[in-house]
Amino acid sequence: MKQQSEKNTIIESLIKKYKDEKGNVIPLLQDIQDAFGYIPEDAVDLISKRLEIPESKLYGVATFYAMYRHRPGGRHLIQLCTNVSCMIMGAEMLVNFLKNRYGLEEGGTTPDGRFSLMIMECIGGCDTAPSMLVNNDFYGNLTKEKIEEILEKYK
Amino acid sequence: MEKILLRNIENPRSADIKEYIKNGGYKDLLLALKMQPGEIIEEVKRSGLRGRGGSGFPTGLKWEVALRDPKSPKYLICNADEGEPGTFKDRLIMEKNPHLLIEGMIIAGYAIKAEYGYIYLRGEYPYVKKILSRTIKEAYDKGYLGEDIMGRGVKFHIKLYQGAGAYICGEETALIESIEGKRGQPRIKPPFPASTGVWGMPSVVNNVETLSNIPYIIEIGATAYLKIGTPECPGPKLYCVSGHVKRPGVYELPMGTTLREIIYTHAGGVRDGKRLKAVIPGGISTPILPPQNIDCTMDFVNMPRYGSALGSGAIIVMDETVCLLKVCERALRFFAHESCGKCTPCRIGTKRMLETIQRILRGAERDEDIESLLELGSVMDAASFCPLGQTAPNLVISTINHFREEFESHIKEGRCPS
Ligand SMILES: Cc1cc2nc3c(=O)[nH]c(=O)nc-3n(C[C@H](O)[C@H](O)[C@H](O)COP(=O)(O)O)c2cc1C
Ligand code: SF4
Ligand code: FES
Repeated sequence: MKQQSEKNTIIESLIKKYKDEKGNVIPLLQDIQDAFGYIPEDAVDLISKRLEIPESKLYGVATFYAMYRHRPGGRHLIQLCTNVSCMIMGAEMLVNFLKNRYGLEEGGTTPDGRFSLMIMECIGGCDTAPSMLVNNDFYGNLTKEKIEEILEKYK
Repeated sequence: MEKILLRNIENPRSADIKEYIKNGGYKDLLLALKMQPGEIIEEVKRSGLRGRGGSGFPTGLKWEVALRDPKSPKYLICNADEGEPGTFKDRLIMEKNPHLLIEGMIIAGYAIKAEYGYIYLRGEYPYVKKILSRTIKEAYDKGYLGEDIMGRGVKFHIKLYQGAGAYICGEETALIESIEGKRGQPRIKPPFPASTGVWGMPSVVNNVETLSNIPYIIEIGATAYLKIGTPECPGPKLYCVSGHVKRPGVYELPMGTTLREIIYTHAGGVRDGKRLKAVIPGGISTPILPPQNIDCTMDFVNMPRYGSALGSGAIIVMDETVCLLKVCERALRFFAHESCGKCTPCRIGTKRMLETIQRILRGAERDEDIESLLELGSVMDAASFCPLGQTAPNLVISTINHFREEFESHIKEGRCPS
């Protein structure tokens, strides 16, 4: 856990970066999420004060987009696609595998805080279905064995 | 056909500006800067280029509206939201041939007299963001972007903007709302973005693939370009093939190639010796086709005659083992999740359809469920505010039309015949 003051310094400096830009809310929230792994309430509070945007409006935006997270997650985020191309190529089996092998449920985090799982709509890797992202890295042609091997790299 | 959009992509360094220039890159930009904006638009109009984002709108016409509008500054927006499930072509251009897109954007920007461009990139492509950031920087360093492009007194800047995971932001007015920092909900049209777009200013929104056609049109001219594809829909098309084929991937072919040729000649046919059951030809918001209909030519004009649509050219091939109700259920979960909530027919309709399919999958023996799906679908088609809600029922309705017995055996016998 970062110290509160340190946390505020990070938030303030990110707000400063976007202060004079039009349409700054979405990239700003993204940067905040990149820094903390989620969007802390005090960040919304500070943004509202500094940019003079009502909190309700900020929450309206922050809850509209699927990629914003509102609770702390694990150290690594698995984003597994289960949309049609991935589904017919076996994604459901992988969802079950993550559950049985790592105790990961959709939207959940492993007890050791190592992984979180998000079930995704298409991530544009249908030719190598089933596909997933781990943090910012893309992986395709997944099997149970392959997922296990890939996840070994993320401690 | 010679590769145009995917030219040189086997080269592992194809994204590098040096390689791009070595292969003739940015030559067309110089040609374009020697033309008048109106001349470029005339050429693009004559080329018959239609938008590759799904709607097939003539590109030159849209540009003309924006150029003629007296308001300024004007904006050129590249739609790189690529969210239609089954689609992965724009990603390939951006990963392997990103300077082609940038060159197309600069020419388009010059043609409509826009000084600013945005690339709205979907949030699910973080690794593409890295590539595009470098691409844009390289273009600035070489003087293809900036205050005085190639010393010709033309100004154009590009800013990369990343979405945060909302399919509806691919719709052009929702995309504009999102660039303005708001919830991505569609605006009423008219006014169209070409006159009143981002920050109320004239804005042209074009798909990645559309813009990537522009340098080539300038290079060979409209007359030569018209020889590719069909007279009504000229040019090359990127077809994305996924599902149960031997060679899934992106295929660059003349617009109007038949679905059969794409699946069997290029993608190698159905894998593991299985039988073809059905094809979704243009992404999951387009109607499904049974095997007897795959001689259709894949373009904007002909597909509706075969009961479907070209959409984004995302072909999902399904073999005999697939349960189509499960496919419908998954598609509806997507639409229910992605409905932006602005209008009732879509917000509620997608959920009711989803519940109904789930009930059928449980084998609840209610014959009236098929009729209620058809009725919900027609109300959504008629009354939804934007194409998301209007097309969300397509897959289900067309599956009922072509594979009704599969629905009936789920209802009557509580099991899947496949
Ligand atoms: C729900 C919905 C999603 C869309 N998603 C995309 C998309 O991801 N990419 C895209 O280029 N166009 C998408 N479109 C189409 C755009 O609204 C717009 O027509 C297109 O970007 C115009 O560019 P074009 O003329 O070059 O095709 C979508 C439309 C709707 C209704
Ligand atoms: S049809 Fe759906 S996505 Fe479109 S405006 Fe209505 S609720 Fe939003
Ligand atoms: S459906 Fe899974 S990546 Fe496209």
